[in-house]
Amino acid sequence: MLQITDLHAAIGDVEILKGVDLSVSAGEVHAIMGPNGSGKSTLANVLAGNPSFAVTSGDVLFEGESLLGALPEDRARAGIFLCFQHPIEVPGVRLDHFMRAGFNAIRKSKGMDEFDVLKFDRLLNERVDVVEMDRNLTKRAVNEGFSGGEKKRNEVLQMAVFEPKLSILDEPDSGLDVDALRIVAAGINQLRRPDNAVILVTHYQRILNYVVPDRVHVLIDGRIVRSGGKELALEVESRGYDHLGRSAEAITASG
Amino acid sequence: MTQRTATQEEAYLAASASFESNGASQDPAWARELRRDALDAFRELGFPTARRGNEEWKYTDVTPIARVPVRFGPAGTAPRVDAEAVANTALGGPSWPQLVFVNGRYSDALSSVDALPSGVTAASLAEAMRSTPELVQPHLARFAEYRDNAFAALNTAFLHDGAFLHVARGAQVEAPIRLLFLSTDDGEETVDHPRALIVADRESSASVLESYASLSAGERLTNAVTEIVVGAAARLDYYKVQRQSEQAYHVTNTHVALERDSWFSSVNVDVGGRLTRNNLNLLTLAQDCSCSLTGFYMVTGRQHVDNQVIIDHAKPYTTSRELYKGILDGRSRSVFHGSIIVREGAVKVNANQVDKNLLLSDQAEADTKPAFWIYCDDVKCGHGAACGQMDPMALFYLRSRGIDERTARGLLTRAFLSEVIEGVANETLRSQLDGLVAATLREWLGDVG
Repeated sequence: MLQITDLHAAIGDVEILKGVDLSVSAGEVHAIMGPNGSGKSTLANVLAGNPSFAVTSGDVLFEGESLLGALPEDRARAGIFLCFQHPIEVPGVRLDHFMRAGFNAIRKSKGMDEFDVLKFDRLLNERVDVVEMDRNLTKRAVNEGFSGGEKKRNEVLQMAVFEPKLSILDEPDSGLDVDALRIVAAGINQLRRPDNAVILVTHYQRILNYVVPDRVHVLIDGRIVRSGGKELALEVESRGYDHLGRSAEAITASG
Repeated sequence: MTQRTATQEEAYLAASASFESNGASQDPAWARELRRDALDAFRELGFPTARRGNEEWKYTDVTPIARVPVRFGPAGTAPRVDAEAVANTALGGPSWPQLVFVNGRYSDALSSVDALPSGVTAASLAEAMRSTPELVQPHLARFAEYRDNAFAALNTAFLHDGAFLHVARGAQVEAPIRLLFLSTDDGEETVDHPRALIVADRESSASVLESYASLSAGERLTNAVTEIVVGAAARLDYYKVQRQSEQAYHVTNTHVALERDSWFSSVNVDVGGRLTRNNLNLLTLAQDCSCSLTGFYMVTGRQHVDNQVIIDHAKPYTTSRELYKGILDGRSRSVFHGSIIVREGAVKVNANQVDKNLLLSDQAEADTKPAFWIYCDDVKCGHGAACGQMDPMALFYLRSRGIDERTARGLLTRAFLSEVIEGVANETLRSQLDGLVAATLREWLGDVG
């Protein structure tokens, strides 16, 4: 589904991703772990097409076609969804209107009928339950005055509504208490299907107790330094990133 | 006519002489005297210039206004406008009472005042000066001080036609009363001086929609003065919507005086005009009155819009809230100059002022200047001002959900003004103003979904 090859990306003059290789197949959950500043969020944003970041070399193929140069809206229409680490407050735009605008834009691009308000509301009410969110929140301005937990749930709600092929979750666990974490994780699990894939970016192993990954990658200083099964997350938990960081330097030095 | 400022001033003086000798000569002696006095004041003042070190006009150059050729048709006549054009232009509900003015002249044929609720008088000012001088004379030109304001002086020097609205004590009026000022090139006039006097007696409640629109695109000056008196415990919601052509110069002086326990709100909207200058002056005459002054402006190309709001908290326990928002595109420019005066002894005044601007272009410029003159300790005053571009992260957030960039920009721009729109008390107007914003954005950005 997704093939990343030697991806380099920068913000301004600062290179953040320094050659990332990653391959994700349908039905898989990949966890990307790494310390602060390692480039995890950059990777997530670059995949979604955030124009603040520039890809300087390498390539990203999604279902066989290069994503580089594709607009964020075109990526969304192709089935890529970014769950924001810091969801944006948009005063003056109602959440349900916002979601319906995106939902219909995606359907329209595929030549499918747009949903009217009633039809979309039915869908929305159904999906709201997946994340145990207060329905009234969907009548409020996007994320405005939402608590941290409500913002994260809202991201997963949108994921449930859009039903993307590839979901990129940028630290969906940050700032959540245990109950909220369980709800968010349950939401993510409910949406897992054999024909879609998840990239879950996280700083901590904790969420991986709920969302069990097929592969775990450790990103340090813009490179994936280790890949493995779910047990790698436990190793990170017990030994920390320093240990892996040093081994990364050792690899770089020797290579 | 291509005279420069000094000779233009003479042209106004000459126009005044012919104005006095025809239709307006039937006005009562006190009105003619008022005009003479105002004309003297204008002769003395001349048009304001930035060169005189005049802070009030620092950001707005009125030279092009002063250059508008001066032509007046005979008083009492107005160019013909068909009712359909009025219906297409008018805002508000079709059944709301409406006084229509064409190039500043009252049109009886186009107006609809049959549905006036009891307790409300709505008439041409010229008519009211003759028939009910006791209601008009005590208030006319009382608050719109013309001795230090050239535009108010000029308007007063040509005071004849206009709107007179009177809401009797205790009257509760549901539907807003509309004053529609249309301008057209079909007449001789290039300059009009709309005048309105709105008096809401004690314990009354009413709303007024004053709107300005062009039926043709010629260069012209609209120089309006509106005076509003809100009696004790009365409530008045006032809407002013300006949609003149891009060749129009629009200058207004609005003066509001609040009596004890009264409430006043205004929503000031500018989406038209080449150069717009709104002076809104509010004076508290007694304690315990409150006001909410809000508005928005949308300008593009080389449009210029300047809002000067002065709130004079002369009395204690008075509250004011200001919220103005602007959207600027092209090489447009906006000025917001908000002054709040708290007089000695005006304890417990609560005043809050906010002006925010969204710049859609690198070449647009917004100047916002709060000024507080506080002569009393026990008060609460705050202000916020901001000029900025669209948040790129918000734009990315919308696009990441499949919404194309142009639609996303349109949504965010519209959302920026929603705070003002949502505060519009009248539901019909709220949705019409929202529609006006959407239509203006469609014109700027193309179809935005």
